[in-house]
Amino acid sequence: MFANEQAVTADALISECRKRFDAGLRLVGVSAVEIKADDAFDVLYHFDKDLELSHMRLTVPREAPVPSVSGVYFQALLYENEIKDQFGVNFQNILIDFGCTLYLEPEVVKSPFCTFTFARKDKGKEA
Amino acid sequence: MRTILPFGPQHPVLPEPIHLKLVVEEEKVVEVLPNLGYVHRGLEKMTDIRDYNQMVNIVERVCGICSCIHSLNYCEAVEELMGLEVPSRAHFLRVMWGEIHRVHSHLLWLGLFADGFGFESLFMQFWRIRERAMDLMEATAGNRVVISTNIVGGCRRDITPDQKTWILSETDKIEKEVRALEKTILDDYTVKKRCCGKGVLTKEQAHQLGAVGPMLRGSGWAQDVRQTGYAAYGQLDFEPVVEYDGDSYARCKVRFREVYAACDLVRQALAKMPDGEIAVKVTGKPEGEVWRRVEQPRGELYYYIKGNGSKNLERVRIRTPTFANIPPLLAILPGCELADVPVIVLSIDPCISCTER
Amino acid sequence: MFEMTKNVLQNLMGKTSTRLYPFTKREPFAGFRGTLDINVEECIFCGTCAKKCPSQCIEVDVKGRTWTCDSFACVYCSVCVEACPTQCMTMYNVTKPAAGEKDLISYKGKPKEPKKPKVAKEENPAG
Repeated sequence: MFANEQAVTADALISECRKRFDAGLRLVGVSAVEIKADDAFDVLYHFDKDLELSHMRLTVPREAPVPSVSGVYFQALLYENEIKDQFGVNFQNILIDFGCTLYLEPEVVKSPFCTFTFARKDKGKEA
Repeated sequence: MRTILPFGPQHPVLPEPIHLKLVVEEEKVVEVLPNLGYVHRGLEKMTDIRDYNQMVNIVERVCGICSCIHSLNYCEAVEELMGLEVPSRAHFLRVMWGEIHRVHSHLLWLGLFADGFGFESLFMQFWRIRERAMDLMEATAGNRVVISTNIVGGCRRDITPDQKTWILSETDKIEKEVRALEKTILDDYTVKKRCCGKGVLTKEQAHQLGAVGPMLRGSGWAQDVRQTGYAAYGQLDFEPVVEYDGDSYARCKVRFREVYAACDLVRQALAKMPDGEIAVKVTGKPEGEVWRRVEQPRGELYYYIKGNGSKNLERVRIRTPTFANIPPLLAILPGCELADVPVIVLSIDPCISCTER
Repeated sequence: MFEMTKNVLQNLMGKTSTRLYPFTKREPFAGFRGTLDINVEECIFCGTCAKKCPSQCIEVDVKGRTWTCDSFACVYCSVCVEACPTQCMTMYNVTKPAAGEKDLISYKGKPKEPKKPKVAKEENPAG
């Protein structure tokens, strides 16, 4: 837990980002980490205004859809594509979607950072 | 009639392989699509097989040009995670090596920028000055580029008083020689014709698209992460270098003037350096989460590190400044001519091995 | 327009700034990390250097009393030199010369029993 952190749900994500965009905060980055104990991902959004930081934490179970914020913050598309490659988080409606080919080759089916095979064409199963 | 041209990954003007697909309509660029992944090495995953001490050496090799600052950030983050109190002399030593790294990185970029529009003799002159900075690092730290002096808990090497006077005299020589070249690059008619008004990033766009570093400061925002006072920067005074035009020429001026600011910081750090220990003993294992950022020569770098109580860290997330500068690049390229694309791509200072660690 | 003229004339009249390597070599700086070597007589085969090496290039066989280093995988960081409890390793400041093929440096130390006075020490030259 960080100071200045706010927990958020997947439904409220886009409206919270729009609030921060209108207040003039800059999106610094998006990070993700896997929580093995709960079979979930933690997606963290970091914001900055005049060198003051604040964070937003979104906890999603595996394979749950997450709306993309690239309509609000254009630079989020690059971060979301990368997290999709590495972890298999299911982002929806990214502005430019590389389809898991940003870093990975098309024949790779197992996402490198997770302990399970994400569902590309076949069902996800424990690796 | 639209054509799709590939720019890169191999291009004579690029220092690192970036692959862009340019949609061109009669000499004007209309759309840009990036394609990353050429030098992806998977370094973040190495934390599974190397413990947190060995990761210092791996994190240094994410980027060759700014390697000392990667290890500074990593060491500070792990020290915060484990609750270690680093001695003050180690902070000043880290700042000194970090600023010499900044000088060498900006001189490298200035040389490549001059080479980008064909000014080869200036390229050679800048790199000759850069050799002084390389000699400084080789004599004090043991290696020219990847210096491996930061460890979790402090520094590995110390400097003697003789080396201190030598560093001061070399820094003066570097500043004098760079000042002699100032008019050649900043007041030249040809340079201005190729750089002024090209690749303009307005103040609003820079903030909304998340530009960092000299791209942000070239568009009028006076923000520099060193103002937050990590390492020993809280005890040194400096002002961020700002320009207001937002084109490639403004970014070139920002980086040029940062060389002077970095030389000044080296002198301040050596003057204020206290005596004492350089490292503290490390006990315990890292546990918890930490988020830290520093100012690299190219912009703002952040690390998100999570430890779970064992020797291997659970997650090391690195976000490098060029990764944040690519969306602004996608916004400033449409509308320019095909011959301006190399100069604009070089003006963001692309470090693709950082981007695709 | 003639800003660089002074510089150009200095370069024309003065001596060259490059050296005629390999005929003239520069004196290496003290403290430069060039080549790794071990004095195997003093090695106690504790294995600390192998554990701490970031590139895992050292192999220590405790039973067979051998110490092997892949000098082409070594990154010359000198963590092993600082970690060794008997300080039997040194880092010379001369760069390792280029070689046509990779080979390992391998040393065999003294056997443990004091009854055998013969010391078996094989040394493969490292190029």
